Amino acid sequence: MATLDDDRAGAAPWLLSGPALLLFVGLLLVPLVLTLMLSFRVFSDTAGVTSVYTLTNYWQVVSDPYYGAIFLRTAGLAFAVTLLSIVLGVPETIVLARMKRPWQSLCLLIVLGPLLISVVVRTLGWQILLGNNGVLNNVLQSLHITDEPVRLVFTMTGMIIALTHVLVPFMVMSVWATMQKLDPQVEWAGRSLGGSPFAVFRRVVLPQIMPGVLSGAIIVFALSASAFATPALIGGRRLKVVATAAYDEFLGTLNWPLGASIAVLLLIANVAIVMGCSRLAERRFKHIFD
Amino acid sequence: MKQNGMAGLIYNAFFLSFILAPLVVVMLVAFTDKGFISMPFNGASLRWFRAIVENGDIVAAFWLSVRLAFAAATIGVLLAVPAALGIARYRFPGRAALTSFFLSPMMIPAVVLGIAFLRFLSLLHLSGSFWSLVCAHVVIVLPYALRLALSSAIGLDRDAQRAALSCGASRFTAFRRVVLPMIRTGVAGGWVLSFIQSFDELTMTIFVATPGTTTLPVAMYNQIAQTIDPLVASVSAVLIVGTVLLMVLLDRMVGLDRILIGEAQ
Amino acid sequence: MAFLTLQGISKRYGDFTAIEQLDLEVERGELLALLGPSGCGKTTTLQMVAGFVSPTTGRILLDGRDITNERPEKRGIGVVFQSYALFPHMTVAGNVGFGLEMRKVRRQEREERVAEALALVRLNGLGHRYPKELSGGQRQRVAIARAIAMEPELLLLDEPMSNLDAKLREEMHIELRAIQKRLGITTILVTHDQVEAMTMSDRIAVMHRGTIAQLSTPYDAYERPATPFASTFLGRTNTLSGEVLHRNPRCAVVAVSGTTLHVPHEGRHVDGAVHVYIRPEKVHLANGDARLRGRIATRVFVGNQWLLEVDTELGKLRVAQPNLGAPPPAEGHEVGLAWADDDLRVLTQDGPEGAHGHA
Repeated sequence: MATLDDDRAGAAPWLLSGPALLLFVGLLLVPLVLTLMLSFRVFSDTAGVTSVYTLTNYWQVVSDPYYGAIFLRTAGLAFAVTLLSIVLGVPETIVLARMKRPWQSLCLLIVLGPLLISVVVRTLGWQILLGNNGVLNNVLQSLHITDEPVRLVFTMTGMIIALTHVLVPFMVMSVWATMQKLDPQVEWAGRSLGGSPFAVFRRVVLPQIMPGVLSGAIIVFALSASAFATPALIGGRRLKVVATAAYDEFLGTLNWPLGASIAVLLLIANVAIVMGCSRLAERRFKHIFD
Repeated sequence: MKQNGMAGLIYNAFFLSFILAPLVVVMLVAFTDKGFISMPFNGASLRWFRAIVENGDIVAAFWLSVRLAFAAATIGVLLAVPAALGIARYRFPGRAALTSFFLSPMMIPAVVLGIAFLRFLSLLHLSGSFWSLVCAHVVIVLPYALRLALSSAIGLDRDAQRAALSCGASRFTAFRRVVLPMIRTGVAGGWVLSFIQSFDELTMTIFVATPGTTTLPVAMYNQIAQTIDPLVASVSAVLIVGTVLLMVLLDRMVGLDRILIGEAQ
Repeated sequence: MAFLTLQGISKRYGDFTAIEQLDLEVERGELLALLGPSGCGKTTTLQMVAGFVSPTTGRILLDGRDITNERPEKRGIGVVFQSYALFPHMTVAGNVGFGLEMRKVRRQEREERVAEALALVRLNGLGHRYPKELSGGQRQRVAIARAIAMEPELLLLDEPMSNLDAKLREEMHIELRAIQKRLGITTILVTHDQVEAMTMSDRIAVMHRGTIAQLSTPYDAYERPATPFASTFLGRTNTLSGEVLHRNPRCAVVAVSGTTLHVPHEGRHVDGAVHVYIRPEKVHLANGDARLRGRIATRVFVGNQWLLEVDTELGKLRVAQPNLGAPPPAEGHEVGLAWADDDLRVLTQDGPEGAHGHA
């Protein structure tokens, strides 16, 4: 009979997790497997999805320059957004960490709060801001910085800005979590040893938050590579990314097998990048934190 | 710690403006009296808010989203809490794998999930059913409910339970009177967070939604994809205000930074 | 001239006064302990000397130099923090050499001096390890090595032993004192542990509520406390209330609960309501020449001594008897107590700051 102290629990944890586990196996694992299987099938305009199994879908995605351009664009987008998130997000987190309450809590709320607002709303805001007749252009023109409207909607630049806005809170979250673990006395130690405030920041603080920056970068990269709504609305029909391309195949041309193969490739790439980089980061930094 | 210099505070102001700009713009446009996207500076009105109520599709989508989110959050929490208690309390082979499995939807691109669900539901001829949509959303929100419940459960003082038992309480009474109250805020926070995540969900739902089961974000997306008119702006404004209120509620209950940042890994 | 001087130092946070009118002189090469309970202001004082906190009023002089407004990185003062505050992302050698790096010491010389410092704290060969891989005691030594590697003029220790277990702490008291003496560095030790303060220091400054209650050698601080607070904070003591009847040239005659005690007043002017103190180890069990009779209420064995609580007509008295073989009588027995009058101390009840503190 299991007592409260029985850490080797036998069936108990499995029984407790049972319902959730059943749901997940049935509604997560099975659909994913089905998708994988779907990606091997062939689609024809006349017969729809047939029962032939083949690798042509993957071959098509990998060899067709149309898809090659899409993958390249997506990767470029992800890199740019990640870089921008680091450049914008890390300084902000440091400034936040040095604030006093109650300002700190308020600013943190403002920075992280938008995560709870649907991405449609945030992207709508950018569409309005970036439009030819949008606020940004009006401001630029009234300040005589530009004469004509700068095209930002349906451009890569616009996508990068909007997507950075959506994802930079994740960078802040990650770096913030790392900063919470820092011992404030360590900075003082650096000062007492003769380090100027800048030297202490560069040699003592920055190296310690690197793990947080890295894990934030991994999250932002993965999320921007698989982003749908923002590229769809800001990028438009001509600037496709992987997620919108999959959408096209599924709900547009109804070539489900092709769409499925794109999805599978996206999933594999995602998992590979996240796990690969995490493993690397862990090995590099494991001597620092417990 | 060092204080912020002027440079830091200016940068902070810039950053916050960047974060708030799109939201502020949306809220402003919602008050315009014109029939197209414009600022309300030359004339403000509430006409676009009235238009929400008159737009049957939007209202229907709103209520669908509310019911969907409510169901998904409730079922999600009901499944997540026992799992969290089991994982937090016991050490067993497969514990890490099980936890990762439950948290995996956060790592899988929403597009992939949408496609997977679409395929699955169409094979079973279940697309267009409200409850299939609920199930899909439960999978999406369960990681959030689980994470919060886990951090509460892990923080549980085992000795408090033992103390209750030594005072003569039965296992169930100890659970009801000691454990449950201690994890209550974590669970409630998990519910609210799950509700919000389900309500806001777009990408996955786009694949799975049908004309009969269109959620609010999907309706808005479809609208925006064609033309932008102030109606979506006013709907967005309502959503922003609603979310802010929920955020305040969440903060009171659990503390927002704990939720949004969760356990420092 | 004193090596470190604090003149009229005070620190106020809004309405709250952490330090009030502190004057202190530390001699070159001495180890001075700032001893007191939490909240007495000892750590704040240390932080002001190090430059992490600015005093509200007053001056700090180091070797004649006014450093009151000097930035911490310019003061050349070594600090060992309570949490050690090691740089987790640097090796031990990196940590210890950091101060030398900041002074642009060349690599060759730096490596030599780091090796010397590590040898001094007996951590030879561990330079390549990371703090995470070390034990608590080892981390503490790294913190010490790091502070002394740059050969500072002054060393500040902020409760450096509080995270060590008792056995290790005792060893480190001796070792750290030996290192300090060998290097001759002027040192200030902040602690709440009286044993630590007494074992290691040349002088103790007993602090209470932001001021120095007493500044003297460990022996004098223990044997001749100057204030009610110092009497009860250092070691254990028996406190008896009494009234001064009259004063003689050498002692005061005090009426305590029906008997009269002759207490040496050591030149202090005592009058009216007073407290008479006697340390438990100065009271012994006696048969023939007992001054007082009582009944043993509690008897506790501590290893090297027995602690007794004896009910007497003067109240409950604590008696400490060294463990020399035969145990004292058990609870309930009647015993006689005796002491030497020279071991009695007397202080006015409302002293500069009473033991129970009124302003």
